[in-house]
Amino acid sequence: MERPAWAPRSIDISVPSVARIYDYYLGGSHNFEVDREAARKAMEFLPGLPKIMQANRAFTRRAVRFAVDEGITQFLDIGSGIPTFGNVHEVARAARPGSRVVYVDHDPVAVTHSQAVLAGDDDTDVVAADLRKPRDILESPQLRALIDLNRPVALLLVAILHFVEDTDDPYAAVAELRDALAPGSLLVLTHASYEGIPLPPERSEGAVDVYKDIRNPLIMRSRDRIARFFEGYDMVEPGLVPMPLWRPETAPEDEDPYAFSGFAGVGRTA
Amino acid sequence: MSAQPDGPEDRLRRLTTIWSRAVFPVTSTSLTRPEFEERLLPLARRLSHALRARAFDAAEGEAVGAALIGAHCTAPEALSRSLDCVDAYLVLYCGEDGDREDLRARSSRLQHAMAAGFARALRERTLAEQEAIAQAALRAQGVVAQALHASEARFRAVFEGAAIGIGMADLEGNILQVNGALLRMFGGSEQNVRGRNVQEWTHAEDAPQIWRLYEELVRGEREHYHVEKAFYRPDGTVLWTNLTVSLLRDPDGNPQYQLALMEDTTERRLLNLRLRYEATHDALTGLPNRTLFFERLEKTLNSGEGRRFGLCYLDLDGFKTINDSLGHAAGDRLLVEVADRLQSCATAPGEMVARLGGDEFVALTTGPDSRREVDELAARIMNALVAPIRIDGRELTVRGSIGVVEGPVGERSAAEVLRSADITMYRAKSAGGNRFELADPEADARAITRHGLTTALPAALDRGEFFIEYQPLVRLGDGSVRGAEALVRWLHPQHGVLGPDRFIPLAEHTGLIVPLGRWVMEQSVRQAGKWRDLYGDGAEGSLRINVNLSPCQLQHPGLVQDTVDILERTGVAPDALCLEVTESALIGADDDVLKPLHRLAEMGVDIALDDFGTGYSNLANLRRLPVSVLKLDRSFTRSMQQFPADPVDLKIVEGIVALAHSLDLAVTVEGVETGAQAEQLRILGCDTAQGWYYARPGPPDRLHHLALADATG
Repeated sequence: MERPAWAPRSIDISVPSVARIYDYYLGGSHNFEVDREAARKAMEFLPGLPKIMQANRAFTRRAVRFAVDEGITQFLDIGSGIPTFGNVHEVARAARPGSRVVYVDHDPVAVTHSQAVLAGDDDTDVVAADLRKPRDILESPQLRALIDLNRPVALLLVAILHFVEDTDDPYAAVAELRDALAPGSLLVLTHASYEGIPLPPERSEGAVDVYKDIRNPLIMRSRDRIARFFEGYDMVEPGLVPMPLWRPETAPEDEDPYAFSGFAGVGRTA
Repeated sequence: MSAQPDGPEDRLRRLTTIWSRAVFPVTSTSLTRPEFEERLLPLARRLSHALRARAFDAAEGEAVGAALIGAHCTAPEALSRSLDCVDAYLVLYCGEDGDREDLRARSSRLQHAMAAGFARALRERTLAEQEAIAQAALRAQGVVAQALHASEARFRAVFEGAAIGIGMADLEGNILQVNGALLRMFGGSEQNVRGRNVQEWTHAEDAPQIWRLYEELVRGEREHYHVEKAFYRPDGTVLWTNLTVSLLRDPDGNPQYQLALMEDTTERRLLNLRLRYEATHDALTGLPNRTLFFERLEKTLNSGEGRRFGLCYLDLDGFKTINDSLGHAAGDRLLVEVADRLQSCATAPGEMVARLGGDEFVALTTGPDSRREVDELAARIMNALVAPIRIDGRELTVRGSIGVVEGPVGERSAAEVLRSADITMYRAKSAGGNRFELADPEADARAITRHGLTTALPAALDRGEFFIEYQPLVRLGDGSVRGAEALVRWLHPQHGVLGPDRFIPLAEHTGLIVPLGRWVMEQSVRQAGKWRDLYGDGAEGSLRINVNLSPCQLQHPGLVQDTVDILERTGVAPDALCLEVTESALIGADDDVLKPLHRLAEMGVDIALDDFGTGYSNLANLRRLPVSVLKLDRSFTRSMQQFPADPVDLKIVEGIVALAHSLDLAVTVEGVETGAQAEQLRILGCDTAQGWYYARPGPPDRLHHLALADATG
């Protein structure tokens, strides 16, 4: 058997994983003590982290529904992490039965877990690949089997780009994906930022340091730099905004202040 | 669903709204709060029914608690806030008109049951998720392990199946692992290799840097090195390898192992050695050949200052005769025997014998006292040749001539040394052979020029490098021009104009004199024809050209025919030509030699006896020679340059002139340089003269000027 390019030399579950930490923030138990320890440490600096994650989930849900309303039935979710509840395929199918979803993650545990969860589902699949190598994703047999790149696709890059360092050129990766998409495709994106966090930046930096310690640096980017990911896309109203402000279904003033951390947006390819 | 204001349904709604407002902030759901409220509504209804049911069932509370987990309300606060809400508002909004005490008791029990149901469901869910993630981790590990296993199996297959020898050792040199190819190189047995230490594998032929490189590598100062290295195989044979050793480091960069890749080059090396041997040895005698000898000589000559060398260059005397008379097979056997004997002469360290080709051998000595050693070496070689060599039942006596060169290194190139030895050898040979001579720079220089001129001669004729100068012959009686002597010159591209004394002997030696002489004669006769056309037949007879004939030409069977051909071709009368022959060429000459001269004389060609008076002139002999002119040697005229002239010389010249005239021979004198000389010679009765007094040798038109001057003067 060929060792997949993504497979690490070994799986060390004593090292925290951002996917499992995320699961912990969402109240899940798909995590180990090392993950929880890291999560708790980050929460010492930013107690509202779970709320940020929840806002991400809520935004994703609204964006997926928006995509379905746009007539899109194909979804590519890169950085999908541990499937818990309210996943893209659940939301999409609730709105439009038969929607197809390909999940992509480079965390082998997240991938095998997704495989277990999605086993027997012919309209979803999971690819073990890295956003930094878009070709691996685009040429994967799973994607080719489920997604017709000649038709519009909703590309989800939710809470993932802030884990790609500039040295790995995330802009080039995003551009390469964009170039593979048919006109009318959507880019659904959220990104962490110091902007909007209801605490002084020093506190946020503490949380950033935690991710640095677990060798999964969190790259905070300014709104302008986040906007650059949408190069080649026409922004969908209301543009790049704090998550609760993107096509809210309930009054944003009811939202937790932490939910306004970072930015979310949807773009449409011309 | 519409609800009557403050009807039961409306009250249930209000309870649910309060509940959802309390719990929503502590959930992780991605639902909106209104959506979340919709999920709580059925739960509130169940609680409401259970509160008022005829038969109380606490299990309804458990189901609601569990349902909270299903709605992703897993945070402990979600339970406490739910219980707070139920405790405060369930009886109030849903108790209707039941017994308050009873309702409160039921509400309490429902809360207990909700807590239990919540806890049980949370526990189930936590365990299930923990199980799922653990399984996922395990499977992921399995996938990776399997991939690693496959990749390791592949690498092992590469390792084992590689044709190249691969071995790993720790930094102390202990061999940890080797592959099959490496084992086979060492004879196939594991015990010869495994568990041994790299540092035991020294070999006598290890280059000095090999173990220094090794030390640098294991100290971590070098990443790899590449060497050619020999190993002893257990059976004593030698294994030659191209060896590349690399340092392997651990993830932190610390040196960990050394990896050796080795390629068996033994066969290739043997083949190379054989090819090299064949390229550097003479197939017949097995001696080193010219190539190897030059390498050794050059190495010697480039070795450190202050060292000396000695070289013997041997050429067998008369080997060609042996080859011609006994055949090449016999000649070859002779050479093999000579080679064997020479080999036995040069056995000391630094001594070497080689065959340069044909019957030429060289012996080199590079010992510290080469002056004495080369002398002894030459003597040994001469001595080794003394005993006759027996071939095909014949005893052949072999002699050789040796040129010996000895000197300090660093002054001359190998080619120069060898040429000097060659020249010296020829000197030994021309001194009679069977001897050795020591090189001498002056003799070398002479011989080099001689040698160079000799080899350049044939091409010089083809390239037209020769030209002729004419020195007028003047009648002493009236000073008129009688003719001229043709003197050949060589315009050598390097050496400039060379006189006949420089190259005529060489041309004689090589036989080139015949074509050269023919050319000179034709050119001269042609010139004489032109003069005759120009000046016609003068009163005193027409102009004549004197051409020298060398002894070799004299003996050449084509002389008469060539002369006739030239005269016919040029249309010049025979009396326009005078051939000069030296006295020494005719002394003791038999009739066979004289016959062509007689024939030429009969045709009307004049024959002059050149350099008369230098040998033991047999005056009686003059009668039978077909000679019409005597040319007195310049030694006679030289004595007349003094004043007064030696009376004895005068008497001799007078006597010779009288004798010549009595035999009807004209007398020509050479080397006339002064008017007094000319006058003296005229008085003595000489007929014609040539010399600087009249003109130096020059181009043909100079004779024209002279003839004009003569006519006007």
